[in-house]
Amino acid sequence: MRFFLGVILFLSAFTAAGQLSIEITGAGAQRTPIAIVPFAGDPVGASLTAVVRADLERSGMFRGLEVPPLSPHPNENTPVSYGEWRSRLADALVVGSVAANPDGRFEVRFRLYDIVKQAPLGAIAYLFTRDNARAAGHRIADFVYEKLTGEKGVFSTQIAYVVKRGTTYELQIADADGERAQYLLRSNEPIISPVWSPEGRRIAYVSFESKKPIVYVHHLSENKRQVIASFKGSNSAPAWSPDGKTIAVVLSVEGGSQIYLLNADGSGPRRRISNSNSIDTEPRYSNDGRVLYFTSDRGGSPQIYRMAASGGEPQRVTFKGSYNVSPRPSPDGRVLAYVTRDGGKFQVALLDLSNQQVQVITDSDRDESPSFAPNGRMILLATVRGGRGVLSAVSADGRIRQNLPYAGGDVREPAWGPFTE
Amino acid sequence: MRTIIVAAFSAVLVAGCATTPEDQTAAKVEDRKPGAKPGAASQSVDRPKIAAVDVTSKGSAALKDPANILSRRSIYYDYDRFDVKDEYRSLVEAHAKYLRENPAARMLIQGNTDERGGREYNVGLGQRRSEGVKRMLMLLGARENQIESVSLGEEKPQAEGSNEQAWSKNRRSDMLYGGEY
Repeated sequence: MRFFLGVILFLSAFTAAGQLSIEITGAGAQRTPIAIVPFAGDPVGASLTAVVRADLERSGMFRGLEVPPLSPHPNENTPVSYGEWRSRLADALVVGSVAANPDGRFEVRFRLYDIVKQAPLGAIAYLFTRDNARAAGHRIADFVYEKLTGEKGVFSTQIAYVVKRGTTYELQIADADGERAQYLLRSNEPIISPVWSPEGRRIAYVSFESKKPIVYVHHLSENKRQVIASFKGSNSAPAWSPDGKTIAVVLSVEGGSQIYLLNADGSGPRRRISNSNSIDTEPRYSNDGRVLYFTSDRGGSPQIYRMAASGGEPQRVTFKGSYNVSPRPSPDGRVLAYVTRDGGKFQVALLDLSNQQVQVITDSDRDESPSFAPNGRMILLATVRGGRGVLSAVSADGRIRQNLPYAGGDVREPAWGPFTE
Repeated sequence: MRTIIVAAFSAVLVAGCATTPEDQTAAKVEDRKPGAKPGAASQSVDRPKIAAVDVTSKGSAALKDPANILSRRSIYYDYDRFDVKDEYRSLVEAHAKYLRENPAARMLIQGNTDERGGREYNVGLGQRRSEGVKRMLMLLGARENQIESVSLGEEKPQAEGSNEQAWSKNRRSDMLYGGEY
């Protein structure tokens, strides 16, 4: 009881000691050159544009152009000279301004232009407090990204991951660029398998603080958590249904490791949906909620299977290789990411569910826990570099790679959060 | 807390037994097993059982005494194996006897794996190891309600390092008694 209270004390949003940073080690074949003119007006505008540029460059799809001092300094209302920006080799242009409001907040207004097509692509305004300037920058980057690529940006999303420092474990959440990290839970025992609820306000995870694995659901805004599965034996591998009402878990309460469904609010009885003498674990719902992918060694080696989300006869999904675990269906349901062992190497592979083609997309050899960005473009994963646990992100086509080094600890168990409003 | 005291008390009894071979005839006492015949002509030395409480730490002496087999708690496995090797048979038998003779004693078995492979799949593999030990203890007379088998997967290595020397120490089941975890 005393320990439980101790944990609760730490639940409030403490700024985490370490910080992820991001290095891009690969890039798309063609990166769109974009000029992002430092926003006019309040000085906070310059830091905003720095966030926008860093976000877009980190995606591997854009190259920020150096913009020399301009006179007069353009803003969102300045008539744009397409020829001049074309001569600076820009394909796109962002201009804008920031004004301080009497209530202490700031208002940013900006406009995006397609320089090649000589067309305005839209204008928008956001209100923000000084503390949330980075969030405003991410929103602008999302707008620009979506207008120029046709896909939703993920710069405003968050990631969760576990940091191990000595014998201390922290479950942290941070912006997708690794900034503004906070910890949700600090413990002297391991924490694994964090997963975001579909609306992004809850995280389920497995904590070993009671000397055995127990599944918790953490309510982010209320800073409270509840035990969801603490049956006799082991409780692990939580997964949310797309409607956020059900959590699939793996329990050993009846012997072995089998998949059960629980109400996410903790009510009602457990419902067993797998029936085997093998290990059935790592359930994951398909995006439409109809199918559960899971790992099972019923065939002698661990492979990925699928079954109806209500239970039923499983069908084998992976056939290549003797060790395939950690299934993660893509947000559009077309691709399955998983970890495959080839020789002694554990790497992330993508299986195209329409034609069964398999592509290994990493060149590291101790990959774990792949997690799709909510737009399906990037996959966050844990790997080991120089003996240290680090996060890495790779584009779904394998071309763009980012390393997320972390000062002062091993990082693992990444989970990319959903789109939120 | 009560469980701990009872377990500690039970440990004293076993510590006593441990020095006496099972088949040795000690002072005549009434056999309390149902159906057993009391010694024919002997005077009854039966006394009401007293509820002793030992709050000193020597209660767990047998479990902690390095010279006693009960102080050994770890069973190690070959790669990708879950069966208890013959060399650990006497160890499991000793713990089964302890559990049998101390119905109030409780045990947590934590199964562990080496670091290779997926974390959640390794939780499953560790579970298979701990359940194997539990099954063996039960076949030897321990009761189901005395034992909880769980898995720590690859999360709690005994040895750090990415080599067979470390891995062989990390593929194990640990037996912990109530009060020790």
